[in-house]
Amino acid sequence: MKDTLLAVKDLHASVGGNEILKGVDLEIRLGEVHAIMGPNGSGKSTLAHVLAGRPGYEVTRGQVLYKGRDLLAMPPEERAREGVFLAFQYPVEIAGVSNVYFLKAAVNALRKHRGEPELDAIDFLSMVKERAKVVDIDESLIKRAVNEGFSGGEKKRNEIFQMAVLDPTLAILDETDSGLDIDALRIVARGVNDLRSPERAMVLVTHYQRLLDYIVPDVVHVLVEGRIVKSGGKELALELEEKGYEWLGAPAGSR
Amino acid sequence: MSATAQAPTGRAEEVVRWREQYESYSASLPATEPEWLRALRAAGIAAFEEIGFPTLKHEDWRHTSVAPIARTRFARATAGAADPAVLDALTFGRAFAGHQLVFVNGRLAPDLSSAPMADGVHIRSLREVLDRQPQLVEPYLDRQAVGPGRPFTALNSAFLDDGAVVFVPAGKVLADPIHLVFFSAPGAAEPAASHPRVLVRVGRNSQAAVVESYGGTVGARYLTSEVTEVVLEDGAVLDHYRLQRESMDAFHVGALCVSQGRASRFTSHAVSLGAALSRVDIRQVFAGEGGECVLNGLFLGEDSQHTDFHTWVDHAQPHCSTRELYKGIVDDRARGVFVGKILVRPGAQKTDAIQTNKNLILSREALVDSLPQLEILNDDVKCKHGSTTGQLDPLALFYLRSRGIGEEAARALLTYAFASDVVQRIGVEAVRAGLTEQLQRRLPAAADIQEAVV
Repeated sequence: MKDTLLAVKDLHASVGGNEILKGVDLEIRLGEVHAIMGPNGSGKSTLAHVLAGRPGYEVTRGQVLYKGRDLLAMPPEERAREGVFLAFQYPVEIAGVSNVYFLKAAVNALRKHRGEPELDAIDFLSMVKERAKVVDIDESLIKRAVNEGFSGGEKKRNEIFQMAVLDPTLAILDETDSGLDIDALRIVARGVNDLRSPERAMVLVTHYQRLLDYIVPDVVHVLVEGRIVKSGGKELALELEEKGYEWLGAPAGSR
Repeated sequence: MSATAQAPTGRAEEVVRWREQYESYSASLPATEPEWLRALRAAGIAAFEEIGFPTLKHEDWRHTSVAPIARTRFARATAGAADPAVLDALTFGRAFAGHQLVFVNGRLAPDLSSAPMADGVHIRSLREVLDRQPQLVEPYLDRQAVGPGRPFTALNSAFLDDGAVVFVPAGKVLADPIHLVFFSAPGAAEPAASHPRVLVRVGRNSQAAVVESYGGTVGARYLTSEVTEVVLEDGAVLDHYRLQRESMDAFHVGALCVSQGRASRFTSHAVSLGAALSRVDIRQVFAGEGGECVLNGLFLGEDSQHTDFHTWVDHAQPHCSTRELYKGIVDDRARGVFVGKILVRPGAQKTDAIQTNKNLILSREALVDSLPQLEILNDDVKCKHGSTTGQLDPLALFYLRSRGIGEEAARALLTYAFASDVVQRIGVEAVRAGLTEQLQRRLPAAADIQEAVV
């Protein structure tokens, strides 16, 4: 059994004064893929953003240890440099900033942090070309402004592409499946499966079982009203698909 | 008003002061000057006396106080030497050596200039033309710029002396841009004022690019009050660049007045980076059908800089189009002003105009006044305008940081990216590269982000 990569203990967090996470406990080891499922408003995305360090998401109680260190004490960029990656549910469009050079700046920030020499343009571009194949992303998209004018599917693929380039230790995918047609979903899932590795852990935040047909998780957690109410193997996802969330204490009508 | 008339009682002291300076300047001019030229200067000082320096009560000056200019005693600029390092930066490392006129304190510096005359193209000093061939410029001087309520233009006429004449005959495409450089260097103890005038005429179906650069010795306090008059004949194409990179203690007032003939195309790139107080007016009129006007603008203000752009586009003819994009970035206690008017007259059917102003505010105390205005007196048009003023998008900042880019670098990247679409529209490679470098020098963490901009 590998060492624990991420240990979340009694995590409480508020957004805009509203308490969303009300005591989350979670332990993730290297090489594992965890799925976090739950109805709308249960706090899935909040958990993902708190782990990535989004300003304004205030932790009011609890602790998160990442590689044995206090994750919550690190600013977002330091978390990224230590190997935490968040694939956004709604990737941000940034006019005027080129995707590929933004990534180069990011890669070199990571390398500098690890005490490695920066990549020059040629080495970087050959690495980018190779990783682009993982998600079948068009090279013209890579050169455009970050997410600007991308379709929903292209944005999600761009997130997975960035993940492939940045090679994180802990990848958190926030509803990467939502809004994708079946072809795009297959491409994204293939990308994620290619990136599965004993040196990496992944957290899939998802609303539907559908993604889990393509990416089989080691552990499934159910988040309801800011707490993990049940954890189990991959068969738990199927059970949820069948029975919904109400039997686990979610308010009636939860979706 | 005769030249010796007494100022009426109650006339502001500074107006009297400028009148006195005009009298002594006027007396120093050669007696051989044509009468119309003397009359033009006299009309200028008379118009200035009538208006005086505007206050915040004047509609056109509601957002910009020129009190610091009014109360400063400026001497008439005399000879000076340009600081080579500043001049080098201003001229993009002499990128336009072949077609460059350099003016120091308002007067041509022949040793720094080189502009061969060939094939009927005139790239000359206005002073030299006034001395030798005044009839060449008589039909163009004060024809575009003069109008009611323009005190600085009136002063510029009153002190008309030197500047540049760029005349391109019909059917001529100039491959290389023409660079006009106006450099202010401290001379005597008093702060000095220069009043350069630029005349540009692009003949039928001709094409040219003119770059005007304004700058001065670092830390020098002076006034540059400049007027450019442009005539585009039918089918002419002009790319015009106006790059204000004055000393941070200087005052800069400029007017760019353009008349566009039928099916002509005028593109203006106006950039303001320097000066404690800068005010630029761009006034354009479509004098013929089917013209195109593109106005791009960018300013960067920090400390307590005040940067004001007023643009006025006059759709007096049908089937013309305007595309206007102005962007401002203000930090510290800086203040920016954008007042842009597009007037569509009753006869101007099929007008197609879009005006956009976007401002980025980087500190609590910085401020931008944005007043885009469309006045449409015609119902067969396609016009829209928009204005946004705000801070850096916090979600975009988080997105960049979540990929490992430091907060300061992420801010710099987003700030530079905000400006980049205006910079990218600059067609002259040396200007674009030079400006990119200068913008990046003004922003933190530039080294990390240099390549990251589209």
